[in-house]
Formats: sequence, C-alpha cells, structure tokens
Amino acid sequence: MTVLAARHGIGRKVRGEALVALDGFSARYDLDRIRGVFSRASHKLAGQSYAGKVLVLDTAKGGVATAWMLHEMASRGLVPLAIVLNSVNPILVQGAAFGDVSMLVGFEGDVTAQVPHGATVEIDPAARTLTLLARG
Amino acid sequence: MKLNDLERAMAAGELGAAAQAAIEHQVKVGEFFGAADFVEVTQAHVMADTESLGQAGVAWLEGLGAKQGRVRVPTITDPRGTDFAKAGVLKQPGHVAGLERRAIEAFRALGVLMTDTCINYQTIQAPARGERVAFGDTGVVIYANSVCGARSNFEGGPSAVAAGLTGRTPRYGFHLDACRRATLRLRAAFQPATLNEWGALGGLVGRVAGNYWAVPYLEGLETAPGSDALKHFGAAMASFGSIAMYHLAGVTPEASESGGSALKEFRKIEKSDIDALQSAYAGRQEVDVVVFSAPQLSLYELLELAALCDGRRFVRPLLAVTSPQVKPDSDRFGLTKKIEDAGGHVLSGMCFYQSYAREIAEANGWKRLATNSVKLVNILGGYGYVPLLASMERCVEAAEKGRLR
Repeated sequence: MTVLAARHGIGRKVRGEALVALDGFSARYDLDRIRGVFSRASHKLAGQSYAGKVLVLDTAKGGVATAWMLHEMASRGLVPLAIVLNSVNPILVQGAAFGDVSMLVGFEGDVTAQVPHGATVEIDPAARTLTLLARG
Repeated sequence: MKLNDLERAMAAGELGAAAQAAIEHQVKVGEFFGAADFVEVTQAHVMADTESLGQAGVAWLEGLGAKQGRVRVPTITDPRGTDFAKAGVLKQPGHVAGLERRAIEAFRALGVLMTDTCINYQTIQAPARGERVAFGDTGVVIYANSVCGARSNFEGGPSAVAAGLTGRTPRYGFHLDACRRATLRLRAAFQPATLNEWGALGGLVGRVAGNYWAVPYLEGLETAPGSDALKHFGAAMASFGSIAMYHLAGVTPEASESGGSALKEFRKIEKSDIDALQSAYAGRQEVDVVVFSAPQLSLYELLELAALCDGRRFVRPLLAVTSPQVKPDSDRFGLTKKIEDAGGHVLSGMCFYQSYAREIAEANGWKRLATNSVKLVNILGGYGYVPLLASMERCVEAAEKGRLR
C-alpha cells in the first residue's frame, strides 16, 4: 500500500475517489458552483463533477473568494471531500478551516504524478498522510 | 501557537463567543503555517459580496452579531454584489438585493464600515511602511505589500472578519522578513504604455512566478509608474499567479534590500510575450458588453473615460464601476454625465465579477465582453464569457460601433 507523507494537514480523516490533474484550483475561477462541475474550459478537469471527490492538484490560484465559497458549497452539499495540493496559498487553508474541508499540502515530488486519476485514497490530516487504497 | 494573556482570554471565551470563534479559526490557520504567535493589526478589509458568502456565509455573520461580536480595529469592506441604484441595468436575480441587505446589516452589527471598495489604498487610507494589516482582496494585498511596504497575507473573508474581531492575525507569510525577499529576478525588455499593457506585464510576471510564495524582482522599467498603472499591474499579477508581493527595481520601497539584484536573471519579458498574452483575448468581432472594472476605477481613470465618451452614442452597454468614495466626485465634476449621456452607466460599490456574473450574462444575453482589465479577462472565462482585451480607447469605440476594431 502506497503512503505519501505531507508537510501540512487540516481537517478530518476521509476516504474517496481522486480527481487528479497538474492544474490549479480556485472556486471562483474554475468552477460552476451551481452545477458542481469544473467550468473553466482550459482546466484539465473541465466538465467533471467535483462533489464528494478528493481533488489532487498542483497549487492554489487566483483570489480570495474560495475562503467563503467552500463553506457555501458545503452548505449545499456540492463541495469536494478533500483537497490535496503540492503548494497552497492562505486562502485555501482559511477556506478549508472555515468550510470543514480536509486538506493535505506539500509532498516529496509532484503529488499529481503519484496518485492515479480515479484512485480510491484515504486522507488523514492529523497523520499528514495520503494512502492509496485502490487504483482507479 | 504562543498566546498572550489577552489572546488566552479570547480563546477561553472571556471576551465573548464571537471573539472566541474568531481566534479559534485563526489558531487553526496559524498552526497550519507554523506561526509562532500573533501580530496586532491596525485595520482589516473584508471581501463582502454575497455571491461569495452565499446564504450560509450571511447566516454565519448574523450569528456573530447574535453573539455580540464587535470589531476591535477599523474594519472595512471590499465591493458588494450589487449597486442598488443600478440593479435593473444588471438584471440580477431577484433574491440578490434581499441577501445583500441582510449582509450589510450583519456587517454593520459587527461595527464594520461598508466602504465597498477594492481600491481602499487610493480612497480610504493607504497603509504605511511596516504597518501590519489584514487585507482581503488580492489586488489590495499586493499593492499594500509591494508599493506601500505594509505587511499582509491574503486574508479571505472569514479570516479578515476574525482579524477585525480579535485585532490580530497569525504571524506567518508576508509578516515575516524572510518571506518578503525576492525569489526570482526578471527583466522587462518592454515599456508598458496603457493600463491593459501594465496589466499584461503583471499577468505575465504572475504566470512565470506561479505561486503565493514567489516574490518576483523586476528590473528594466525606465519610468516610475503611477498608482493606476501599479494597480492594474499588481491586480493582474495576483490574479494570474496568486502573487502577494513583488519588487520593482528603483521604485518599490523594499526592492533594494530584497536581494533581487543578486539573483541570477531568470528570463526577459519581451514585447512579443505581452502580445502573446493579449492575443489570447483578442479579436475583431462583435461585442455584447463593455466593462471597466476589476479593480474599481479611480477618479483619473473616470476622467480619461469621460473624455473618450464625450459626444459618442453607444449601441452596446458600457459599464464603468467605481467606489462609493469616487462616485460623488465623478458626479460633481460632470464625468458621470458625460459617460451616461453617451449611453453608458457608472456603477459604484460593486465589482463586475463579484456581482453574479454568470446570472447577469444569461439574463442580458452577454457573451463577448470587452475590457481593458487583464484581471477581469482572466476571471471571466470560468463564468462562461468570451473575454476580449483591448485598450480603454478601443473598448469605448467598441461600445459605439458594436465591434472591436
């Protein structure tokens, strides 16, 4: 079983399906939050539903809105289960803390190259680990 | 995190449940980033549009008020989600005005001043060098850190509210000397002239730098830019790269001590790079709407815009968005009249992309949007628009002719 160690973590232990891409993340820039899909045409996950998924992406992008938006998305049940990134800005961390979305950040090497798209993963922020349970 | 007596009292609930919730949130964020302790801030600035807050965010604010929450330092707001006087022009969904009013009441109950501006450094009070603040708009933060030499991280809405309630923020990121040093050195082999060119240069720097912890050092500029140029430059850089601070050689206050000139030059930014970025948002085609926003326009931008509008007759909507502090002067000096006599609209207290941009596009049949804001074209792709970038002059012509030359 593959276990990846992260440098930073916040939130609860969760298990889910991974959506993986070497691309960034901003709730305002990239999502249609009404439909719960990636809407930016140039995003590598364009058209895919993010609700209840573990997003494994490169870095945080753009502005400050995500700090409010994760909380609003959670209130409607259309929110990622967890967000896993190579690097992060304060906004996504603040949003994860406020919206109760689990998060892991900072790995040895590019995390998007180490988790297969569609894999089942366990996120344990307290232990700061991502465990690959099954390949997609 | 190490807490002092006051902070321990807040955490224990001795200063009320709202302050307790606020500092608990701040400790979570601070511990994530390894903050040793808190720093006191002099002011906070909160993203306040209801498109971002939603019903859940407004209810959370109302809950803080019910817990007798009250800000401890001057706390102001970023643009709201509407201009009540122009809501009919935008054709926003019916529920927007009611939710906006609830949000305003909730913020006021906490003692927040509804300034509704993303150019507070031009209109309210620019922070001084070394001043620690908790600002909640990326364009505001990058301007404060870079141009003013003040100290702020990106503070999202909940964290900026928390900073207002506690009067402090965790000591990490751009509150630390080490994070403010240059991490990459770039050279501009091109002198921007228009605001969209300044935005394009900022966007390119942001794209190259690529993440929040990068601090670009840029040299090669032959003249010191003004506040509006730096506004568009920084806002675009923050938008494209999530960048919170840059240094301009010979211009910004911490550039000489940033270590940037000792770094190996990473790359030159040529005119062809600027053209390539702008061509991604170019086209000689029909436009549905022309928008000047993101950031809100200064009085001088409105002065230039009014001169360009004078005597024209628009066949497409032209929206110019400014702050509630600038709008009365625009009215007094006849700038609003010149723009609106041509068929345009001057809106205040909102920002286009924070005003239910997807819903108003559908309601108005807007798809192809022309603007001189590089930040705006970067954002609107996700909202279903085809954004077109051009100078202010060409955008005004597009409103008159119905298409971009």
